[in-house]
Amino acid sequence: MSVERVRTAVGHVVLMFGVLVSLFPFYWMVVMASNTTPDIFSYPPKLLIGSHLFENMGKVLDNIDFFGSMLLTLVASLAVTVLVLFFDSLAAFAFAKYQFPGRNVLFGILLATFMIPTQLSLVPQFVVLAQFGWIGSLKALVIPGAANAFGIFWMRQYAKGAIPDELISAAKVDGAGFFRQYLTVGLPVLRPGLAFLGIFTFINVWNDYLWPLIVMTDPNRLTLQVALDQLNGIYGTDYSMVMAGALMSVIPLIGVFLIGARSFIADLAAGAMKF
Amino acid sequence: MAVTSKAAPAAVATTAADDKPPNKYRQALPQYTAVAPFFILFAIFGAFPVLFSIWISFHSWDGIGQMKWVGLEQYHYLLTDATFWKTIGNTLIIWVLSTVPMLLLALVIANALHNATRLRTFYRIAYFVPNVTSVVAITLVFGSIFSNNFGLLNAFLQSIGLGKVEWLTSPWGIKIAIATIVTWRWVGYNAIIYLAGLQAISADVYEAAKVDGASPRQTFWRITVPMLRPVILFTAVTSTIGGLQIFTESRVLFGDTSSIGGPGDAGLTIVSYLYQSAFIKNQFGYGAAIGWALFVLIVLFSIINWRLIGGNDEERLTRRAARRVERRIAAQNAKKEAADVR
Repeated sequence: MSVERVRTAVGHVVLMFGVLVSLFPFYWMVVMASNTTPDIFSYPPKLLIGSHLFENMGKVLDNIDFFGSMLLTLVASLAVTVLVLFFDSLAAFAFAKYQFPGRNVLFGILLATFMIPTQLSLVPQFVVLAQFGWIGSLKALVIPGAANAFGIFWMRQYAKGAIPDELISAAKVDGAGFFRQYLTVGLPVLRPGLAFLGIFTFINVWNDYLWPLIVMTDPNRLTLQVALDQLNGIYGTDYSMVMAGALMSVIPLIGVFLIGARSFIADLAAGAMKF
Repeated sequence: MAVTSKAAPAAVATTAADDKPPNKYRQALPQYTAVAPFFILFAIFGAFPVLFSIWISFHSWDGIGQMKWVGLEQYHYLLTDATFWKTIGNTLIIWVLSTVPMLLLALVIANALHNATRLRTFYRIAYFVPNVTSVVAITLVFGSIFSNNFGLLNAFLQSIGLGKVEWLTSPWGIKIAIATIVTWRWVGYNAIIYLAGLQAISADVYEAAKVDGASPRQTFWRITVPMLRPVILFTAVTSTIGGLQIFTESRVLFGDTSSIGGPGDAGLTIVSYLYQSAFIKNQFGYGAAIGWALFVLIVLFSIINWRLIGGNDEERLTRRAARRVERRIAAQNAKKEAADVR
């Protein structure tokens, strides 16, 4: 028994060390954001949280349109999330629960699209959007990502297990059409799955850097990630301020994650197991 | 396709039944409508761009003016372009430096998590937070940690009597710095996936190993790892695809446009080079060609991964091992049942 105990104790020490490594950069971000730049660049460096946090945050607001960028990022993330949830769950519902000619072929095509790296079509996508006149607009951030193969695949797996055929049959007997069935039978049952897909999508759009870097060409309309990088590029000498900006950009994201963390992680793992 | 008519909603069936007998495609109209958004968006922003990018790659084009047909010249240049080969080397080195420690550490953490009974939820969330944070923000943090003169890491190395390392200016330092960020972000994610795999392994198998007197190490290598093989394959393939697409870390670390990959281009990845060629130098044709090279590499490495980890011989061996374990369990159960009957 005592051997077992020692082993669990060692396990916890290993895990706790890992947690420290995982979380340290966040602590360090707060330390840098709350001290002055000369302080963090002194030797030995300051390791404790200082008192200049709000001063540094204020400087961020003076130098970049932080709230403008945040609003743009928020609107884009929410818009993509809502559209993805609707389009993906609707398609997944059809794929999971209905027979229709060509269903398997269509689903096969959908799976095949996983193979295409996004960077492959970066150049022509830019050209297409330029033709549409969408470069620099919110549409460029939202529309291309409004439905995605991962979400449909994931929701379909979820829907298959979660929606009982009897419920659909009952709705049919009641005279409900397909979209009615989706609204009354599909959506309520799919809600936990939608929560996962929603958080996942929101975080991904919020974090995306390459795509907004390419399509948001107007320096007055940048997403948070691009604006943050610009802040670093132009005012990199004021590290405390850059870190205050980084901190401000991370907080909403971690908030969203922590709200649904428990089931989010479980769902993500379950999704990976199904591949 | 008798099932189709059953699935068709009544509303459509009645409108379709005006004069002609119901058509199975027409009946499936709502389903087609439901899946249409994805396929329409994919056609415009996925399939067409992919085909179009082949066309672009055969041209010399700055994105605005006339496209000039050059045939395979971009690809010919690509194969002789020292910078391109350098970016492949950089990307592969960074990929190995990040993926190997990442997957090994993830396995260790998952194993520890699997055995831990307390604080499980706390650990899982703490390990997962790095994965959901902004890459840009966290790269800035790591940039300061690795900073040559004022960085925390060098301050630490100096305090224990070791000298400074030129992390962000030496070829290896740059790669290690980028690989560290990638590893840090993805260890927890992979550990969670492995944990799910571990939890799916039936306790009976371990019970059987215990009865046979297997040591923890034997159990780990002979049971846990083979049984996890599909999950390991999943993580290997996803981290290969992710690793070949590294961009943000190197771009943010060495932000300014003149030296996007750091001193001597030591941190210039394939995607950074694609970005630089197409969107900074306005060589759209060349950017498209790099995109195709990247695609070929991804397919190639996915196949290699598949062969190495899911590979035929190996798979047969694992299956044989699994069968052996199953037989043992069956024998044991039979014995138990026999005892119960008595």
